[in-house]
Amino acid sequence: MTGVVKRFGPVTALDGLDLTVAEGEVHGFLGPNGAGKSTTLRLLLGMLRSDGGSLRVLGLDPWGNVATLHRRLAYVPGDVALWPNLTGGEVIDLLGRLQGGQDRARRDVLLKEFDLDPTKRSRAYSKGNRQKVALIAALATDAEVFLLDEPTSGLDPLMEDTFRRCVRELRDQGRTVLLSSHILSEAEALSDRVSIIRAGRVVESGPLEQLRHLTRTSVTADVTAVPQGLELLPGVHDVVVAGHRVSAQVEPSGLAPLMQALTAAGLMALTSQPPTLEDLFLRHYGSAMDEGPAGAASSGGGQTDHA
Amino acid sequence: MRETLAGTRALVRLGVRRDRWLLSLWILGFALMAGTSASAGAGLFPDLPSRIEAARTINATASMVALFGRIYDPTSLGALSLIKYTAFMTAALAALMVFVTIRHTRADEESGRLELLSGGRVGRNASLAAALVISFGASLLVGLLTAAALAGGGLPAAGSLAFGLGWATTGMAFSAVAGVTAQLTTSARAATGLGIIVIATTYVLRAVGDLAEPGTSVLSWLSPIGWNQQIRAYAGDQWWVLILPLALCAVLIPAAFILRARRDLGAGLREERPGPASGALSGVWGLAVRLQDRALAAWAVAFVIFGVVIGSLEGNVSQFLTSPNAQDLIRKLGGAQALADAFLAAEIAILGVIAAAYGLSAANHLRSEETAGHTEALLGTATTRTRWATSHYGAALAGVAILMLLGGLSIGVGAALALHDGSQIGRVTLASLAQIPAAWVITSTVLTVFGWVPRLTGALWGLLAVFVALGEFGVLWNAPQWLMDLSPFQHSPLLPVDSGGVVSLVALTVAAAALAALGFLGWSRRDLTA
Repeated sequence: MTGVVKRFGPVTALDGLDLTVAEGEVHGFLGPNGAGKSTTLRLLLGMLRSDGGSLRVLGLDPWGNVATLHRRLAYVPGDVALWPNLTGGEVIDLLGRLQGGQDRARRDVLLKEFDLDPTKRSRAYSKGNRQKVALIAALATDAEVFLLDEPTSGLDPLMEDTFRRCVRELRDQGRTVLLSSHILSEAEALSDRVSIIRAGRVVESGPLEQLRHLTRTSVTADVTAVPQGLELLPGVHDVVVAGHRVSAQVEPSGLAPLMQALTAAGLMALTSQPPTLEDLFLRHYGSAMDEGPAGAASSGGGQTDHA
Repeated sequence: MRETLAGTRALVRLGVRRDRWLLSLWILGFALMAGTSASAGAGLFPDLPSRIEAARTINATASMVALFGRIYDPTSLGALSLIKYTAFMTAALAALMVFVTIRHTRADEESGRLELLSGGRVGRNASLAAALVISFGASLLVGLLTAAALAGGGLPAAGSLAFGLGWATTGMAFSAVAGVTAQLTTSARAATGLGIIVIATTYVLRAVGDLAEPGTSVLSWLSPIGWNQQIRAYAGDQWWVLILPLALCAVLIPAAFILRARRDLGAGLREERPGPASGALSGVWGLAVRLQDRALAAWAVAFVIFGVVIGSLEGNVSQFLTSPNAQDLIRKLGGAQALADAFLAAEIAILGVIAAAYGLSAANHLRSEETAGHTEALLGTATTRTRWATSHYGAALAGVAILMLLGGLSIGVGAALALHDGSQIGRVTLASLAQIPAAWVITSTVLTVFGWVPRLTGALWGLLAVFVALGEFGVLWNAPQWLMDLSPFQHSPLLPVDSGGVVSLVALTVAAAALAALGFLGWSRRDLTA
């Protein structure tokens, strides 16, 4: 996608979006709510028509080649809506058939792995179970490209694990996955490369390691005696001492020296939290997460475009 | 009580906010239609003898009595002018109140909106109470505005008030009926369907009751629509009858609240049973049929019953066709031009309009599936837009054709039995099939609007109402011919279908195809919306 623009009336949802997903990679597509993730996926599916720029999926324009393209890709919508009076099994089979065939054995394995009862009517399913129906329908096909819109929303941690295993299998088989999410750690766990979208533009894109500089781990430690001068260590920020407890924000480069200092000070307990997308946005783009796409044009700073 | 009703006021305000245009338009529409007919009646039947003739003819014509009811005072201008309103339009009003009530109860519950609200300070009974407040308010408003419009049209004030209050209380009674049906099923569509079945049943009860000698049959008194007729506005004004619908409310409303108290949020009366673990739906066509087949089956049953009842009255009708008064009256009441089979033709035309309503509701799956997010899931597969839209549109067209075939056969069989003449079946069925293209035109407008301004597909019900009103009352209102000609029903050939009708049938079919093509064009160019 290059310079893709999408407007809904007066609102500019995508404002010159550039995104490239290489064949065979798992690409994390990160952004806060309302940044334009779902709009991007729907454009790639030919459900929306772009107002500018160019986009190609498998070398084809998705608007004009829906039937050809969709035979080769599978989609899990962000908000899964099912027919209330059909059972989960019926929906999975219907979607599979419309996709142009599904692997029956794989479908049954997935049902077991995701622990889904296919005989229940859809109206009785919880959000997580509806999500599973769409996931199983997509994963049971042999598509080349998978477009997954916040696929783990509503799944419990155990099922998230199952899902991650499935995505890794897809990668091992050389398939391409575009995985949208607003959870940084999820994208980190699965993706080869990551693009970060904010207010309708991609603001960072690259291999995960390259994005490490953006992230700070939040560390809290209990020590017998708090050493002096922690804030002078390179890559260690916002040091707060309260009695025997120290907390700090640490860049990847600062982790080793900090740990050495803390160990020397008699480390008793340690918690570390991975950086959140919220932190990242607050720190690097100087604005809150929930800023709407309409504000994009005026707030400009810090955006780098990748062709 | 206070606990379970908490938040009712807020929900009423929400409901009124959501429905302010829809309800206002329908309320005004009903009142204006009645008022205009009242003032038109005075011009059509200027003197006493003409009224007495007309009233006698109606009372002596079984199919008229079955469809519209009796006139209890042949000298009354009001009773004659409003003959189509005491039962027929009352049923339409009842249907409106069922829609409104279900919309604010089961529909909100099914969509999950009520769950969202129930997290707040909203009691278990608040949504039902709010829905009833809204539909009762709407009923009262319709009643009072109609009474004013009738009196303004030159009819006696007392009779006008009686008629208006009749509509108000009947509207309330069917709101209460919907309050109960909303507790029984998990889907709003099914709850509405149950409400409509109750209306249809009460309509048939009073039709059979009215056919007996006046005042001898208890069946009319078993039907809330029958009660509305027995108020006898402008023909004796039996005020006490107004107690009956109110009494029904007094029974049904507590029943609805008791049912609500005994069930969980989102649940119906029946426990959900497990279904098949794998599906045989062949694709979008299988899905479209699956989503429409139950409603179609219910409509088909109604068509067959209606057809047999109407058809079997044919023997009785024929005796009156020779009377010049009858011929004059038919012309004045609009509809049939060909007098030979005028009554039968008029009823087949009504069947065609009802089939169009089915086509409208079935084709509206296009929009409801899109807003529900189902279309997004399907278009994410290798299904093309055109293929998907064709499935729902095609299923709707087929449904219309099936209904008209069944309806025609049923009328034909009824008429053949009544007249001991087997040849009736063929010609009546043919006449019934001839109504299909007009109904297809209505069905196709859904696709057109869906393709270009999807938000407005619901407004097509208003368009259908206008066409129906033009067909029923256009002559009474002196509507200009070009306006009447806009209605596709105006161009449907009536019984007996001759070669001249073929031209208009082809024209109507071409119009339907053009509307569909236009719709497909818009749909292939616009964004998917939610």
